[in-house]
Amino acid sequence: MSAIVLDRVSRWYGNVVAVNDVTMTIGPGITGLLGPNGAGKSTLISMMGGFLAPSAGTVLLDGGPVWRNPEIYRNVGLVPEAEAMYDMVTGQQFLLANARLHGLPDAGAAARRALELVDLVGPSDRRIATYSKGMKQRIKMATALVHDPAVLLLDEPFNGMDPRQRLHLMDLLRRLAAEGRTVLFSSHILEEVEQIADTIEVLVSGRHAASGDYRRIRGLMTERPHQYTIVSTDDRRLGAALVAAGAADGVTLAGGALAVQTSDFGRFVHALPRLAQDAGVQLLEVSPADESLESVFAYLVAR
Amino acid sequence: MNPVVMQLTVRGLLGRRRSVLLVVLPVLLLGLAALTRWASDGSPTASAGLTGTFAMGTLLPLMCLLIGTGVIGPEIDDGSIVYVLAKPVPRRSILLAKLAVALGTTLVFAVLPIMVGAALAGDDGLRLTAAYGLAALLAGVAYTTIFVALSVLTRNAVIIGLLYALLWESVLGGYVPGVRDVSVRQWALAPAEQLLGARAADWGVVSAVSTPVGIVLLVVVTVGAVWLGVRRLKTLRLAAAD
Repeated sequence: MSAIVLDRVSRWYGNVVAVNDVTMTIGPGITGLLGPNGAGKSTLISMMGGFLAPSAGTVLLDGGPVWRNPEIYRNVGLVPEAEAMYDMVTGQQFLLANARLHGLPDAGAAARRALELVDLVGPSDRRIATYSKGMKQRIKMATALVHDPAVLLLDEPFNGMDPRQRLHLMDLLRRLAAEGRTVLFSSHILEEVEQIADTIEVLVSGRHAASGDYRRIRGLMTERPHQYTIVSTDDRRLGAALVAAGAADGVTLAGGALAVQTSDFGRFVHALPRLAQDAGVQLLEVSPADESLESVFAYLVAR
Repeated sequence: MNPVVMQLTVRGLLGRRRSVLLVVLPVLLLGLAALTRWASDGSPTASAGLTGTFAMGTLLPLMCLLIGTGVIGPEIDDGSIVYVLAKPVPRRSILLAKLAVALGTTLVFAVLPIMVGAALAGDDGLRLTAAYGLAALLAGVAYTTIFVALSVLTRNAVIIGLLYALLWESVLGGYVPGVRDVSVRQWALAPAEQLLGARAADWGVVSAVSTPVGIVLLVVVTVGAVWLGVRRLKTLRLAAAD
């Protein structure tokens, strides 16, 4: 059982703050690090993996420092986001080299076991240069698992995977977590994270915006005020009906469309068709105005 | 030193397309050496001219640059170094393993061809070959170590290395006397000059510094480069563009 403890960790590059005063504890089980692109996820993972010194604060693994301490890699497996690998060797040779660098007593067996784990035994005698993106992702996974680490850090592991590979990796991560390992992965896709993460840590603009299980995060995201843009045959009449029925907090008539703000998502969705029908108004277009992940995250930060 | 890192480094260095240059340049030298022998009938003076200017002045720094920046620079650039760094292996042994491969390659592909070239172009009882062999070995070790360290310290190692080797040592060194005192080639030539004794002046093997000064400066620069390289590798930043 291993834990990574971040205490008031910040990281800046010149004037740019990439990670801002983050405090969190990553324990056994699967933790999803969720945030839009540019939120500082990779920077945070780099600091957890000992590849970047925090500008302020401390990162500890089981009580010991991770920066300038290569001994942590006995317990930590790392799946980097970068695709580059030692292309000129075969998958098997690369795994064997990784196992030997770890100083494992039976490097050959460890390499074989890791290749089996990611289902890559067949193509392992081909040069890595010939692998597809998904296969490279799996070989990266195998190198991180070759020494049976207690902590696994994965930077955007689902990038470039097809649905079948995605399910396979999710299954593998679940099994690893069930064995008591600490698994942390980053992603910018909520659905991906909520499918497997026991705990979700949300990072937005370098700040730790929210933390909890997927129900809590999902709740935070759905309970926020929603914006809709509606085009109908009679916007004025429909707007009045929506406000009168309490299905909308506010409506704005502008530019030939009706902008609706509602804090009760469920009620609005159920009321809209009924109210339109009763008022004899035809709905031509209903679209959410701000369903981008960025706006959801922005709400979480502003909260 | 770590044997696995050395193996991976050898595969990486010789597996890339630019490793063709490691063969092409020495072959070019041997071709020129054969031409020189044919044209000047094996005169040691002509041989010393070819070896001193082309082999020592251009080929050696260029080869060391290719090798020194090839053993670790590309891995740092594309991020694949992370697979070696994320291991419980002291960073010192990683750098020393890579340096060992680089030095071995320099010996085989640069120092030996320079000696063969000198012997082929014309020599007097292999004295010139021995002298230039010693100078090439010393300069090769220093150049390669500097360039390995440089590629850990900066992403622009190739540019800086080229500027130093070609501009500083060759062009500036030719016109500005003070610059010649701060030159790996001049330091390495000092013991070669001493080795040849009275013949040195005849054959044009002349250094700007004395042997003790040359040796001391070579050692200081080489050891310093190793120290800087190791220190930098310990804190090498590997943050992906987030």
